[in-house]
Amino acid sequence: MMSVHYETKTYDVLVIGAGGAGLRAAIEASAQGVSVALVTKSLLGKAHTVMAEGGMAAALSYVDADDCWQAHYKDTIRGGKYLSNYRMAELHAKEAPERVKELEKWGAVFDRTPDGRILQRPFGGHTYRRLAHVGDRTGLELIRTLQDKGIHCGIDVHMECTMTHLLKDGDQVAGAFGYWRESGRFILINAKAVILCTGGIGKAYKVTSNSWEYTADGQAMAMKIGAELIDMEFLQFHPTGMVCPPSVKGILVTEAVRGEGGKLTNALGERFMKNYDPERMELSTRDIVSKAIYTEVKEGRGSPNGGVFLDISHRGADYIKRKLPSMYHQFLELGDVDITKGPMEVGPTMHYTMGGVRVHPETQEVLNVTGLYAAGEVSGGLHGGNRLGGNSLSDLIVFGQRAGKHAAEFAKQQTVLPKINDEEVKGYAEELVAPFERDSKAETPYQIQADLQDLMANKVGIVREEQGLKEAIEELQVMKARAKVARVDGSRAYNPGWHLSHDIHNMILVGEVVAQAALQRTESRGGHTRLDHLEPDNEQWRFVNSTIRLNESDELEVSTYEKPQMDAALRDLFDKSDELAITQSKQKI
Amino acid sequence: MMMSLGVVDREFHVFRGLPDADGEHIGEVKSFTVPVQPGWVVLDALLYLQAHNAPDLAIRWNCKAAKCGSCAAEINGLPSLMCKTRLDHMPLDKPVLVRPMRTFPLIKDLVTDVSWNYEINKRITPFTPYNDDQSTWRYFQEDADRVQEFRKCIECFLCQNSCHVIRHHRKFNHFAGPRFLVRLASLEMHPLDVADRIPFIKEEAGIGLCNITKCCTERCPEDIRITDNAIIPLKERVVDRYYDPITMLLHKIGIK
Repeated sequence: MMSVHYETKTYDVLVIGAGGAGLRAAIEASAQGVSVALVTKSLLGKAHTVMAEGGMAAALSYVDADDCWQAHYKDTIRGGKYLSNYRMAELHAKEAPERVKELEKWGAVFDRTPDGRILQRPFGGHTYRRLAHVGDRTGLELIRTLQDKGIHCGIDVHMECTMTHLLKDGDQVAGAFGYWRESGRFILINAKAVILCTGGIGKAYKVTSNSWEYTADGQAMAMKIGAELIDMEFLQFHPTGMVCPPSVKGILVTEAVRGEGGKLTNALGERFMKNYDPERMELSTRDIVSKAIYTEVKEGRGSPNGGVFLDISHRGADYIKRKLPSMYHQFLELGDVDITKGPMEVGPTMHYTMGGVRVHPETQEVLNVTGLYAAGEVSGGLHGGNRLGGNSLSDLIVFGQRAGKHAAEFAKQQTVLPKINDEEVKGYAEELVAPFERDSKAETPYQIQADLQDLMANKVGIVREEQGLKEAIEELQVMKARAKVARVDGSRAYNPGWHLSHDIHNMILVGEVVAQAALQRTESRGGHTRLDHLEPDNEQWRFVNSTIRLNESDELEVSTYEKPQMDAALRDLFDKSDELAITQSKQKI
Repeated sequence: MMMSLGVVDREFHVFRGLPDADGEHIGEVKSFTVPVQPGWVVLDALLYLQAHNAPDLAIRWNCKAAKCGSCAAEINGLPSLMCKTRLDHMPLDKPVLVRPMRTFPLIKDLVTDVSWNYEINKRITPFTPYNDDQSTWRYFQEDADRVQEFRKCIECFLCQNSCHVIRHHRKFNHFAGPRFLVRLASLEMHPLDVADRIPFIKEEAGIGLCNITKCCTERCPEDIRITDNAIIPLKERVVDRYYDPITMLLHKIGIK
């Protein structure tokens, strides 16, 4: 048996994940005067936030004076198909402007208006020009700003360190256990509070804009210590990913192309969005545009490589190179296409997980686990059935800040560190090294991941139906068993095969969560389309969120809970056309 | 350039190894044949190897879209991003040689220890705005443009790897390297920043060691004009402060 020795570090607050939410949470917690560890699977500044392109939504009202938090709130609720947590959407809309201005104070250099303030661009589903941006590399600006702020805040950053298990002392979180990627040695971080900022689940899908890190770690770890996941049937397939050549399939093409005036056409040269959302056309919400593209391709009006055309060339080469420089280079270098001269081919790509860990809307504390917090994509609630573009970056900074603040306050109230059960930890260590002892002829986890990605794309993808979902759930049980006997070659030193041998369990578990939640919701709404239930079923599903937990015998339990009533003051913001969607009868409460 | 059609078997020579106690790269180049598909970049081939031939091959990568800067390596001797180097743009008759960045200590295979860069960054005085009252903050796109060029940097550290002051002369303790001269330039040229980093740029960042061979500029995947737009203007500021007789005199009598 290999060594299961581990080192122990102690902190008041442990933040897992160093994207926008994790960095913002760590900065806030540190400002409250507690000791903070920030752990990341990658190097600092490489988290998936870096790939966000178009901008962050905040009602700064610098470009459109009529914009206000109320308008942002309404757009978010409507875009989320009325399933968002009302309180989170309200806090998000109210606090985003302050958080964006704070970034500028910390050194972010946004594009400017003619009178020298932060420039805002239009985006799908936003009534006003609302997205603060830097060309098409806003995520890089966000993460670099937070990184350069964070390194001067006294935070201990542990890079290339993977947390695999959350630990508990009674009902309270006690820290996390994992390994250094470089050496493979084990590390335990004993902390009074833990904040999960681990992002989404995109790597369970073949065609995705997500990086290798998106392996559902946070969702799986939280479930295993009693947390619930909500709204997991809602996945965002971004309408525009690259489709050609095959090796770049899925790489994101920013919505800013459409924000800046890009037109979508099919093989017949029609601007087909007029048949799906004639008012908003290309700037409809992502769920609608994705389904439109899916339909065009399915009905034989797709481009040669199975997508549709997106053309921005009418804006002229200078403008495109200034406002969309990354897109220009990306297509030129990876796709042999000059987007200043002609159209790109694009198609849907798995992009974002709307659902996630169920949290308190104000403190971000995870339901059922004291001292555990979650912020950013790993948490659920804000985006409901569909996320608006630009609302993710603002989500990270608004709720990252809130999670950091509340976790630090909680940690300060704790007089002693939670206890660690050494036997339990040794058990996890043995579980992690077990793959090295297995049959050297067994398959590697890479093959299982490739099969999982195919399965999820085919049966739990952009469209679903009962039969396929049931088959997927069956096949996932087989994959679970395969993952338990997968082999690992080599040593524990920087061994991606070994790393995947653990991550694969998370992806399979959460893949099943998505399938179960999708099976339960017998309607189509937002980022969840059932071919056997094509319409929204307002009677049954309008005011209901899904929730999934692991029970005592490690089985998934699927159920639903009713939304609370929207506060009267917020309800008054909406007009007649929304009435059906926001007004619950008293009996239902 | 047109994409080649169909799958082509190509030979790859990939460094595999571990460091000695000093981080020296100890190992050997191993040969693999990979069925390369049209449009593939070097990273595609290495991920194929990981999935099929060498599951423990260490590679550092994240976005695979030239936006994160994780996958820097040396491809046929040229410091490059693996996710941005197209195989159909390379000669078919020669194997593709992939080695880790030579300048940094080895961790394993193609992964190097770049932590020195993070230590340098910590020593740089962060953004220091002239006041806290943002309602008065105004600056224009023309001012932003200059700084935004520097802020495009994705921290791949290819410039650090290519710079002979670090690569050959090993001046890790005396020179910040192009990446951090770019960072310093982004702060010094920010229209609202008031901190004085000129002494740091001269002494600790060792800007005088750069003799503008422009190797960094050539290898920058973001096309930042590192030498012309960042380093030379900073050198001028250092010269103005320390070597211009009139400025020196004014400084001496207390006038900035």
